[in-house]
Amino acid sequence: MSVVTNPVTMPATHPEAGKEDNYLTHSSGFLSWALTLDHKRIGMMYLVGVMSAFALGGVLALMIRLHLWTPNLEPNQAWLLNKTYNQVFTLHGAVMVFLFIIPSIPAALGNFLLPIMLGTKDVAFPRLNLGSFYLWIAGAIFFLFSLFATGLDTGWTFYTPYSIESQGPVIAATLGVFILGFSSIFTGLNFIVTINTMRPPGMTWFRMPLFLWAVYSTSIIQVLATPVLGITMLLLAAEKLLGIGIFDSRLNGDPIAFQHFFWFYSHPAVYIMILPAMGIISELMSVHSHKGIFGYRMIAYSSVAIALFGFLVWGHHMFTSGMADVTTIVFSALTFTVSIPSAIKVFNWIGTMYQGTVSLNTPMVYALAFIFLFTIGGLTGLFLGALSTDMHLHATYFVIAHFHYVMMGGTLIAFLGGLFHWWPKMTGKMFNDFGGILSAAIVFVGFNLTFLPQFVLGTRGMPRRYASYKPEFQLLHQLSTIGALMLGVGLLVALLVLLHSLFYGSKAPKNPWGGATLEWECSSPPPHDNFSSAPTVGDPYDFSKIEYDPKTGSYFKKK
Amino acid sequence: MIPTFLADINDTFWFPKQASTFAHDVDWLYNAIVYISVAFFVPIVAAMIYFTVKYRERPGYKGSIEALHNTTIEVLWSVIPTFIAGWIFWQGLLGYLDMQSPPPAGTEDIKVIAKKWSWNFKYPNGAESPDLHVPIGRPSKMIMRSEDVNHGFYVPAFRVKRDIIPGRFHYSWFTPTLEGTYDLFCSEYCGDNHSTMNAKVYVESEEAYAKFLAEAIKEPEDIVERGKWLYERKGCKTCHYAGKEGSAAGPGPSYNGSWGKPVPLVKGADASGKETLFDEEYVLNSIMDPDRQRRKGYEGAGNMQSYKGQLKIEQVEALAAFMKSLESETPPAKK
Repeated sequence: MSVVTNPVTMPATHPEAGKEDNYLTHSSGFLSWALTLDHKRIGMMYLVGVMSAFALGGVLALMIRLHLWTPNLEPNQAWLLNKTYNQVFTLHGAVMVFLFIIPSIPAALGNFLLPIMLGTKDVAFPRLNLGSFYLWIAGAIFFLFSLFATGLDTGWTFYTPYSIESQGPVIAATLGVFILGFSSIFTGLNFIVTINTMRPPGMTWFRMPLFLWAVYSTSIIQVLATPVLGITMLLLAAEKLLGIGIFDSRLNGDPIAFQHFFWFYSHPAVYIMILPAMGIISELMSVHSHKGIFGYRMIAYSSVAIALFGFLVWGHHMFTSGMADVTTIVFSALTFTVSIPSAIKVFNWIGTMYQGTVSLNTPMVYALAFIFLFTIGGLTGLFLGALSTDMHLHATYFVIAHFHYVMMGGTLIAFLGGLFHWWPKMTGKMFNDFGGILSAAIVFVGFNLTFLPQFVLGTRGMPRRYASYKPEFQLLHQLSTIGALMLGVGLLVALLVLLHSLFYGSKAPKNPWGGATLEWECSSPPPHDNFSSAPTVGDPYDFSKIEYDPKTGSYFKKK
Repeated sequence: MIPTFLADINDTFWFPKQASTFAHDVDWLYNAIVYISVAFFVPIVAAMIYFTVKYRERPGYKGSIEALHNTTIEVLWSVIPTFIAGWIFWQGLLGYLDMQSPPPAGTEDIKVIAKKWSWNFKYPNGAESPDLHVPIGRPSKMIMRSEDVNHGFYVPAFRVKRDIIPGRFHYSWFTPTLEGTYDLFCSEYCGDNHSTMNAKVYVESEEAYAKFLAEAIKEPEDIVERGKWLYERKGCKTCHYAGKEGSAAGPGPSYNGSWGKPVPLVKGADASGKETLFDEEYVLNSIMDPDRQRRKGYEGAGNMQSYKGQLKIEQVEALAAFMKSLESETPPAKK
């Protein structure tokens, strides 16, 4: 592949005596990371970046929950003033969505794994890949600016006309979103070209690991939908600066048009967030059941179906906004079509375990937690897709709970599961499995305690984005806050387990779990060039030749 | 925990009281979806746990790798959920069409004006109130508009919600079925005090409602009383404190103890750095053109909209008289 050039670093084959070459030790120094074109290093830098963003968003979330411990009927005596509270929930949403969830799996894990799963040396455009990372950094800086300029209070949705008249740094934030959008587009483009052109001989579309199907579908959405977000943000900035009268009702603009523009991106973006997570779960369920995935083709097709249907359902965020009745009804009908491919995936994952050999280790426990939580998230979507119940539930805590079950119970849990699963490959260290399972258990209980009460708050009529509430809601809010603190502890335990492994973990073998995809055929951590010779491509879910070798603690493929 | 769950505020575990004709249908569909969800969720989780235990990795056990595909079962678990989803869609559609179809004849038409951060309801006889009064057993139609940003009209007990987007009219109607007092929330985020943009809904008998209308139309004779009456109805109360004690609540300056004192000004073409007296003229200017002379310390509270066309000068006079009546109270605590 002529597009893969790597002039900065030297070719990787310089085996020093007794010292194994890998991408971490290949070269050293700050610049060797800052200017690297190696997809693995870029992936690791993204990993550090998105996890820092997650920590920030998590602290903001805990501030929200702590503030809501009491009803705050006297706003001036509350812990946070109303204005401050609004800024906190805005930043929580914006940081989590734009800086964490969207880039988390594709940019961090995807970058690391995609070329290795394809058996190639790098992505198609390594320089563009590094460029994406720096665009992410630049976008993050704009966001942090709006954090420290303290005043962004529009909600992460930037609804007009409030965002037009808001005193907060809306323009800095929209430019941040614009730049982050390009980071996302470039990553998507890179992955599409890589998968289309760089699959090794023998890897047909239906011999691709399902994680790659998911990342491919995600990339299509990123490339097609994100430009609309860019346009929307530019129009919003132009409206604010120049008063062009497109979204501002005082200038005969239409605030509803903004909502259409915004959700045309932001609904597909929900699938940018969840599809890669589904891809991870497909890998985890198969590898840790030591059995091929059940209904491979259905899972692959359902990823593409979700990506396509996902473009047609944005209006379900606006059922109460006063759209025409016919539009509203069509959007409701289309919304239900998306539920089917998601349901099929869940059934297939369960089917994968059937008659298999299930290893209950940390990644698998996270995967099972994902299925539990994602099923609740998916089923509660039915209440919101149905029109008459949505009239009651729209913009209440029911929506908050549903969204978090899908995005946090789904994407975050899958991200953690995937992180534990590929951690030995990425770092070359095994983690403490008991610690990992403990973290999953605390996260699972804490998560449910946080968000189950919010469903009830929602049906009882508690509106979202409220800094104060009626006293009868207090008990449910307090349960939720206790759950959030527990969730925080669980995530901290997960972090400590991972950090502990870096210093005290035993050396990871090549294939600790028994996977059949290509990333398990190179050493852990992979060498700079991934593979010394092109690996032979087989069925990614053929476990008939995978055997365990107790001497090395690793699985291997029988010849 | 149990007593709170069973408190009389909530009629059932899930819902507040059913106080409109829509509530029953919405709750019925909600409960139906709960049962459907449980019917999916329980087998999924049960299978997951059962498989985890039965096929767990253990010495002497080796699972099969054969079961990878089964057309019959895969078609079944695609088609059956499709029909169920279609049924839920259809029921939701029917309920929605009930809400969206024109209300029966004889509605009570009430104009709703939403603005940061208060509600104003105007009744057919011209009366106004900050809380909503509706007669029981007869459809009431809300004709709603916003004066500034997006708001949302949400009465959980009626299961009714409708966004109010500036620049257009929005409608909502319902037939209350249960006398009582219910909550009305603003459901679309509208800025600083979004969470206090609440009102009460009073569902009353026709007689009580007629009595309310007759009372509400009468402006009090006494000028100070009339000022207080306007203060409570025109949205002043949302931001400006006018109680007896010194505490300043809300983003605007307090009224008590202000009359006749000098007011330091910071903003506006003709006001920078000057002082003025808190008198009738200052009150009139502040109400009709709030940006012209902004009081020091309240530069950020730039959200007050002009009341031009909404208050007559005689009404401002009454408001001024009301503020003057507070002059002997203790001055407000420093913010």
